[in-house]
Amino acid sequence: MAVFTMRLLKFLPLLMFLGISANAQSPTFGLGRTPTAGEIEAWDIAISPTGDELPVGSGTANQGSELYLSKGCAGCHGTTGAGGLAPRLIKRDVGEVDDPWQYGRVLPIRSPFATTVWDFINRGMPLGQEGTLTPDEVYSITAYLFFLNDVIEDDLMVLDEVSLPQIQMPNRDNWAQVPDWFPGQPRLQGYPY
Amino acid sequence: MDSQKTDRREFLKRSAAVAGGLTLGAAEPALGQAVAPVPANILGTDELVGYGDRSRFVTSERIPHGGRASPDTFGLDFHIATPLQDSVGVVTPSSLHYMGTTRGSYVPDINPAEHRLMIHGMVERPLVFTMEEIKRLPSVTRMHFIECAGNRSNRRHTTVQETHGMTSNAEWTGVLLSTLLEEAGVQDDADWIVAEGVEEVKGASSIPMTKAMDDVLICYGMNGEDVRPQQGFPLRMLAPGFEGIFNVKWLRRIKVVDRYYMTYNDYGHLTQDPVNAALGYQIGPKSVITHPSGGQQLPGKGFYEVSGLAWSGGGRVDRVEVTTDGGLTWTDAKLRGTAQPMAHTRFTFEWDWDGSACELQSRCIDEIGQVQPSRAQVAEFWNQPPDQPPRVRGQDNSIQPWRVDSDGSIHNAIA
Repeated sequence: MAVFTMRLLKFLPLLMFLGISANAQSPTFGLGRTPTAGEIEAWDIAISPTGDELPVGSGTANQGSELYLSKGCAGCHGTTGAGGLAPRLIKRDVGEVDDPWQYGRVLPIRSPFATTVWDFINRGMPLGQEGTLTPDEVYSITAYLFFLNDVIEDDLMVLDEVSLPQIQMPNRDNWAQVPDWFPGQPRLQGYPY
Repeated sequence: MDSQKTDRREFLKRSAAVAGGLTLGAAEPALGQAVAPVPANILGTDELVGYGDRSRFVTSERIPHGGRASPDTFGLDFHIATPLQDSVGVVTPSSLHYMGTTRGSYVPDINPAEHRLMIHGMVERPLVFTMEEIKRLPSVTRMHFIECAGNRSNRRHTTVQETHGMTSNAEWTGVLLSTLLEEAGVQDDADWIVAEGVEEVKGASSIPMTKAMDDVLICYGMNGEDVRPQQGFPLRMLAPGFEGIFNVKWLRRIKVVDRYYMTYNDYGHLTQDPVNAALGYQIGPKSVITHPSGGQQLPGKGFYEVSGLAWSGGGRVDRVEVTTDGGLTWTDAKLRGTAQPMAHTRFTFEWDWDGSACELQSRCIDEIGQVQPSRAQVAEFWNQPPDQPPRVRGQDNSIQPWRVDSDGSIHNAIA
């Protein structure tokens, strides 16, 4: 009995190892290499609503208002966030509304997540010089756009990797998710077309 | 030697007869005239030996689409539409495949030796692949269409290139994404992937794990050669049946995640309405008659093979019906070849035109029973006001009507 227990204990790590790797689908082909932590970090730019991928950095609307001019945002989006060739960045003047969708297709007010605004600026702006803004600059410009749209009220509020994902956007729970998808399902249940 | 001389003399005589015949009216063949003149020759060149070209008499071309120049003054491409009116069979030649970008984009000039695909996030083993390594993995080759969400016919359009040219169909070769994900080992709570390209905005889309593990392809081949730069060279994703934007080009990264990320491309789909969200996701059953179609001219009454393309994001095309009387009576068209899942399928219909004005339409029924609707049917389903033009919600899969006038001219009949 003791011998049997000894043997079991001896093989237990092996059994556990086999169990785990089977569960995790062991590699079949053995191709590809493991990326370094630095390689992953350099490309890991899609920002979760939780903010997990946000880099360390910070900025305020006050700083963002200067960057909005110096980085050329105003040239396309207008000095007030409207009236330029590019999409408007300040909510439409419709007064106090129950439904924030009435403010228009304006990223920093319509987006359900603050992280989407940060992500959008970080990957997509400025036009033709994408990827040149530092994290501090992106935090600052994001804060400025939130300030312009009354999402935040303090132009000295510091947005960083911790505070930014905590901002409650007005459409946080006010958007339509895509339906769960399974092979062979119709595009919309109950719709014959 | 003598016989050669004789042959030569005969040849010169025949040539003269042909040349003389050309000056006569075409309707009155002269005695001894050939049915068609002897053509000139295309001289061989190193370039044509290396990579062939089409006839100089074939001038079918793509056109900019979406009310914006492609290329623009900066060399950015936005939307470019396929000349479906000239299409035969089901394969769109790679040079004529439609192109869409999110906001106007440069085409990255990628050296495949330097390109990498990274798979990371909620996996047991993050991996980086070279193109060489990806090509060593088990491959699949499948026909699939891609269609832009903006492929929406309106009454101002005159040709099928304008109404429907933002869809194309190609034979794609690559690795199933499930092969790569299994190699990396997906963790239990992972429900989504984020796929991302290398272009300047690094357009990224969230795709459900159910789709990623089902039939998504990571493609390096297109129509028997490497994927073209405009289509994502050296590597693009194909999410069969999903709207065009999900088919991420110049693919460099797949992150396995636990939720919808609402990143760059996802934000473009943001809507308040669950109906619009669902109808702007998986492509519906759709078809269009490509010949005869808007802007073309029938030379006279008599026999024509009506021909078109049908497809669905819901699976295979099961059936296509054609009407020549504006929708009063419908007849099954013939499907050419075997319908493939999420692929253009060619249909044909034998038609004897009596020379009177009429209206041609086609409608697609797919293997899961979805039926392509008329615009009136859509309006009725959603109880839209009858005094206003119908509005097709989400991706537009409505029936395209072509009006044939008695002079043989074909016109877009959307009211």
